[in-house]
Amino acid sequence: MAINNSEHKYVIETRDLDIYYGSFKAVTGVTMKVERNAITAIIGPSGCGKSTLLRAFNRMNELNASTSVRGEVTFNGQDIYAKEVDPVEVRYRIGMVFQKPNPFPKSIYENIAWTARIHGYKGKMDELVENALRQAALWDEVKDKLHQSGLSISGGQQQRLCIARAISIKPEVILMDEPASALDPIATLKIEELMQELKKQYTIVIVTHNMQQAARASDYTAMMMLSGEGERSGTVIEFDDTKVIFTNPKDKRTEDYVTGRFG
Amino acid sequence: MAELTIKKAEKKASTINLRRKTRLGEMIIQGLLFFSGFFSIFVTLGIVYELGKEALLFFQMLEVNLVATLTTTEWKPHIGKFGIWPLFNSTLMTTLIAMAIAIPLGMSVAVYLSEYASPRVRSILKPILEVLAGIPTIVYGYFALTFMTPILREIFGRDVVQIYNTASAGLVMGILILPLITSMTEDALSAVPRSLREAAYGMGATKLEVALQIVVPAALSGIAAAVIVGISRAIGETMIVAVAAGAGPNFTFSPFVGAETITGHIVRISGGDLSYDSVDYNSIFALGLFLFFITLVLNIISQWIVRRFREVYE
Amino acid sequence: MKEKAIVQGFTNNLNARNRNGVIWHVIFQASTVVGIIALIALLFNVINGAFGYVAYEARVDPDTLTVDGVPVGEQSKEQLVSLLQSTLSNGAYNKLENEKPFASRSREEIYQLVIERIIRPQVVEVWNLWPSLTQSDEIRATVAKDYPKAELEFVSWLTYDFISRPQTSEPLTAGVRTAILGSLWTILFTILLAFPIGVGAAIYLEEYASENWLNRIIQTNINNLAGVPSIVYGILGLAIFVRALEPFTSGKMFGIVNLTSENGRTVLSAGLTLGLLVLPIIIINAQEAIRAVPRSLRNASFGVGATKWQTVWSHVLPNALPGILTGTILAVSRAIGETAPLVVVGASTAISFDPSSPFSKFTTLPIQIYQWTSRPQDEFRSLAAASILVLLVLLLSLNASAVLLRNRFSRRF
Repeated sequence: MAINNSEHKYVIETRDLDIYYGSFKAVTGVTMKVERNAITAIIGPSGCGKSTLLRAFNRMNELNASTSVRGEVTFNGQDIYAKEVDPVEVRYRIGMVFQKPNPFPKSIYENIAWTARIHGYKGKMDELVENALRQAALWDEVKDKLHQSGLSISGGQQQRLCIARAISIKPEVILMDEPASALDPIATLKIEELMQELKKQYTIVIVTHNMQQAARASDYTAMMMLSGEGERSGTVIEFDDTKVIFTNPKDKRTEDYVTGRFG
Repeated sequence: MAELTIKKAEKKASTINLRRKTRLGEMIIQGLLFFSGFFSIFVTLGIVYELGKEALLFFQMLEVNLVATLTTTEWKPHIGKFGIWPLFNSTLMTTLIAMAIAIPLGMSVAVYLSEYASPRVRSILKPILEVLAGIPTIVYGYFALTFMTPILREIFGRDVVQIYNTASAGLVMGILILPLITSMTEDALSAVPRSLREAAYGMGATKLEVALQIVVPAALSGIAAAVIVGISRAIGETMIVAVAAGAGPNFTFSPFVGAETITGHIVRISGGDLSYDSVDYNSIFALGLFLFFITLVLNIISQWIVRRFREVYE
Repeated sequence: MKEKAIVQGFTNNLNARNRNGVIWHVIFQASTVVGIIALIALLFNVINGAFGYVAYEARVDPDTLTVDGVPVGEQSKEQLVSLLQSTLSNGAYNKLENEKPFASRSREEIYQLVIERIIRPQVVEVWNLWPSLTQSDEIRATVAKDYPKAELEFVSWLTYDFISRPQTSEPLTAGVRTAILGSLWTILFTILLAFPIGVGAAIYLEEYASENWLNRIIQTNINNLAGVPSIVYGILGLAIFVRALEPFTSGKMFGIVNLTSENGRTVLSAGLTLGLLVLPIIIINAQEAIRAVPRSLRNASFGVGATKWQTVWSHVLPNALPGILTGTILAVSRAIGETAPLVVVGASTAISFDPSSPFSKFTTLPIQIYQWTSRPQDEFRSLAAASILVLLVLLLSLNASAVLLRNRFSRRF
C-alpha cells in the first residue's frame, strides 16, 4: 500500500457504471474521473443515488445481498470488480467515513489500534495512533483520555475519530458520505478545514447535500439527478471544475439546482 | 329568535352532563383485572410458603448435623444420612456436560445465523431450531437412553459405560438447551446496529473479524445472559436425567456411571409410595426450594447483567 | 519521517486472514450441521423403535378356543363372556364384573379381555425397524431356531388400534387411549385456569397498570416465574392442590365419592398445576400481542368518548386476539409435553379406564411414555416409541395451527 502512486493521474475512474438493487437500476451510465490529491464532490437532490454511487467505489454496496454492478470502476487502472479482487483489499486502500459517526464501542485508542492491527501492523502502535489523531486534528483534544470510550466524546469529535481511524491505515482515497450532516456548524467547519489539509496526502470524494459546502471545499463537482431510465435512475448530468458548476454550468438543470430554484 | 333560545337551552343542559359518572361495571372489571395481575404474586408466595414450610420440617431434622450435611457424601434420609453432595455433584456434572455442548455449538450457530447465513438458509434453520426447542423433554430422555447410551457404550466399551450414566443425559441435555442459547445469542447479536458492522467493513475487515471482534464483543451482555439462562435450565431439567442418568444417589466423578441428580431424585421419590410427612416427603420440599432459589437467583443475575452492562452503541 | 516508519510497519497478512475466515466459517457451518443431525437422529431413533419384527408366543393357542367352527376372533359377545366365565377364577371374574359390568362393556372390550387373560400372547423378542429391514432373513432363522412356537410378525406398533385401545399391562394389547384422554382432560382444566387469569393479567399490566413499585414487582415476578423449573410447580401442586385442597380436588366436597381415587391425585389437580406452570407464558405472550396493537386504535376509541374497558373489549382485544391465541396454543403445547410436575402430583401408573370426571385418577401421554421407557423389556420401548410418535404428531399439528394463525392474521395488518 503506497501513498502516492503517481503513475495514474486519476485514482478512480468509472466508465458506464450501472448499479442495480435486484432488478431496480439505481444508477445509470456514470462515467467520471477522480483526480489524485483533489476533493471531488457529488451533489444532487436527495434520493438520486449519490450514496449508492459513492459506495460503489469501495464495494460497500455489496453488503446488500442483491446489489450488482455493470460497467467499470478502476482504481489506479485496475478493475476493482474483477473476479480475483478481494473487497477487503479494496477497502484497505479506499477508506470511508459515514454520515453518522460510528466509532466502535471501544476506547479511542483501540478504535484506531484495532483497525491497524487487523491489517497486520506490527510497528509501534502508540506512534501510529498519535499520528492518525494529529492528522485528524483531534490529538490535542483527546490525548489525555485515549483510553476512554470512543462514544464518550462529542459528535464532531467522534466524526474526527472516524476520520483518524480511516486514515490510520494510510489509504489512497477517503470516501466521505455526508460526513458533516449530523454535526453542528462549528464541527462542520472543523471537518471542512481538515479536508483541505488531508487532500495534500489523500484523495477525497465527498457526497454532500449542502451546496455551499461543495462550492467552498471541493475542486471538482459531479452533479447527479434522477434522470436515467424512466426518471427513476440516478445519473451524473454534469461533471466539471467546481467553479464552472457553480458559476457557469452547461446544463440548465444544474443551473436550476445550484441557484436553488429546486431541490 | 327561536333558534337562539333552543341553543341556549341545549347548552344549559349539556353543562350538567359533564360530571363524572360512577361506572360500577368499569370498577368491578378493573378489580378483577387487578386480581388477575396480582395472582402471580400468590403463586410465588405459595411456592415460597409451601415449600418453605415442609423444608423447615426437614431442616429441623438436620439441625443436629448441618456440618455433616455439607461434608458427607451419602444421601440416605431414612437412616439419617443427609450428605447432599451426591445429588448436587451429579446435577453439577450433567449441567457442565450440557453447557460444554450447548455453549460452543449454540453460539456458533447464532453467529452463523446472524452474520453468515443468507435469508433463505435462515428461513430453513430457524424453524428447525424451533422444532428442536419444542420437543418434550421426555422424548429427549428416550433418545438419551435408546440412542446416546448405546453409542457411548460402543465408543468407550460396554464395561466402561453403564446403562445409566450422566454422560448420556448431559450430552442430550446439551442438545435440548442449544436452541435456547442460539436464540438468545442471536437476539443479542441482531441488536448490534448495522452502523457498527458498516464501520468495520469500511475499514477493510473480513467477515470473521467483523463477527468475532466487533459484533460479539458488542453483544456480550446479552450473550452472558443467554449462558446464565441456559445453566438455569440445565439445573432444573428433570426427565432426561430421570430416564437416563440413573436411580439412586451416587457420589462419583465418572460420567459413565449412574448417579441421580436433584431433580431425578425428586421424581423418583414422588413416583413411588409417598406418605405425607415422612422424611422423604419433606426432603422433596427442601430440594425443591433449593432449586427454586438457585434458578431464581440465576435468572435475576442474568437480567441484572443485561441492564447494568447494556452496551451503549451511540 | 514517522510516516514512512508507520507505512513500513504494515505486513501483508491478507492470506492468513482469509484462511482464518474460511476455517471459522467451516466451524460455524459444522455446528449448524450438528444441530440438524441431532434432530434427524432423534426422529429416526423414534421411528426405528416404533416398527419392526415381533416374535410372540401365545399361552393358549387361539385355535383351541374355536366353538362350533367359529374362531374366537369372530365369536359373539355372549360366547366370549361365557368363555371368560369358564376359564377365569370366580374371584377374577367377579372383580372384572365389579369394575365395569360385562353387560355394559362392548364386544371389543370383552374380546380384549379374552386376549389379555386367556390367550395371553407373550413377547419373546423385538427388533427395531432398521434390523428388521436389513436382516430379515437372519431374524427369521433365529426365531425358527430359538422360538419354534412363536409367531413372527412385522408390526407397526403405531396403529389405529394403538390409539383407540386403553392401556393394559400386556404390551401387545396396550393402547394409549387412556393417556390421550387423560392429557385432553388435564389440558381442559389447565386452560380454564390459565387463560382467563393470564389474559386478565396481561390486560391489567398493559392497559391499566401505572408505573409504580407494585406493578413493577408484578411484572418482574411474572418474568421470573417463567424461568422456574417445571418440577417446582409439580411440588407446589402436590402441596396445595393434592394435599391442602384435597376436599376440593378429590370431589369429596361435592359429595362425589370416586371409587378409583380417594385422594387429591386427580385430573383436576393435574390440570390446575399445569395451569400455574403455563400462566406466565400466556401472560407474556398476551402482553406482547396487546402491546402490538397500534396506539392510534386506542386513541380513536377514546376520542369518541369510550371508557377504558369499552376500548379494551371492543377494539384492543379483537385486534390482539390472534396473538393471544397463538400464545395460548404455545402454552398448550408446552403443557401437553410436561412430565415431571405430573409425576410429582401423582399420575397413576396402572389405570385402564378413561377419565370420566374431573375427579378421576389420571395419566397423560408423556407420563405413559416415561413409564414405558423405564421398563427394561424391549417391547415397552417400542410402545414408548409409538406413543412418542403420537405425541409428536399432536404437537406438530398444534404448532402448525399456531403458525397458520399467526400468518393468516398478520397479513391483514
